Amino acid sequence: MDAVDGNAIGGLLHEVFGTEMTTTVGVCGSCGTARQVGELVVYAHAPGTVVRCPSCDNVLMVFVTIHDRTCVDLMGLAALG
Amino acid sequence: MAGTALRGRLTWQVATVLAVSVETPSVRTIMLDVPDWPGHQAGQHVDIRLTDEDGYVAERSYSIASAPGEPVALTVERLDDGEVSPYLTDELRAGDELELRGPIGGYFVWEPADGGPLLLLAGGSGIVPLRSILRHRERTGSTVPVRLLYSSRALDDVIYRAELDKPAAGVEVFHTLTRHQPPGWSGYARRVDAALLADVMWPTSTMPLAYICGPTSFVEAVSQALVQSGYPPQRVKTERFGGTGGT
Repeated sequence: MDAVDGNAIGGLLHEVFGTEMTTTVGVCGSCGTARQVGELVVYAHAPGTVVRCPSCDNVLMVFVTIHDRTCVDLMGLAALG
Repeated sequence: MAGTALRGRLTWQVATVLAVSVETPSVRTIMLDVPDWPGHQAGQHVDIRLTDEDGYVAERSYSIASAPGEPVALTVERLDDGEVSPYLTDELRAGDELELRGPIGGYFVWEPADGGPLLLLAGGSGIVPLRSILRHRERTGSTVPVRLLYSSRALDDVIYRAELDKPAAGVEVFHTLTRHQPPGWSGYARRVDAALLADVMWPTSTMPLAYICGPTSFVEAVSQALVQSGYPPQRVKTERFGGTGGT
């Protein structure tokens, strides 16, 4: 399945963070690349949504939604915002 | 909670279909009445949610085709193996209700103050948010010069063809048809490559701003070629639809 980009999960991110997030800068915890969320690589068809660094492919964020509850893992990020 | 849109919150609401129009054999534009619409920016999208009788939910994102200030219009391409698009293109009728949330996104948007010149690059239904940008430019009286390069499989697959045949002053439209060209076709007839880009793109000295939208493979190829031609990555905005789409 093709990757999309952070624009595609703008709705999910808005739901989780309560605000528009696609222009927020995320910093990769592995290589330090800083990009706006809209530019990040997104696999939306995994079991859940996986967001990766466009530079080093490190997993930055994972979202899994079951029964209206969303589990959020931001462990791959050094900074967001 | 439906119907209680809180400021800053993104809530699902029910829109009513005003009309459905045919763009191409596989593409429809759906005009919507959205009661609590807060207004949108050119380039934003909405999420659509369909729930079947068993409670199975499918969500997809669709770009807004209309300009800010116009009624919300979505242009949807039918994907034969899609869970959502065949319903939207084949079944939806005026008067039907549809669950949506939006507007969404702040990255792939354009306002007249962002300036240009603009280089718009569309693959297949990637034209949709760029059409919103074109209409917004015209409605706001912006004189920012625009070049649009639009890649489609065949002439019958060109969305908004009549509109693009009569561009506003200051807008140049270039088509490339990658699979079938009608007799006497004088436009481009291949996938977008570096040489084709070099023909139509603004020189980097003009500080252009580029927006690329389409299937992921199209966006990857075109954005890489553009950056290799000297466009600064921060002046190249991309939106990937995934899938294969029609380019």
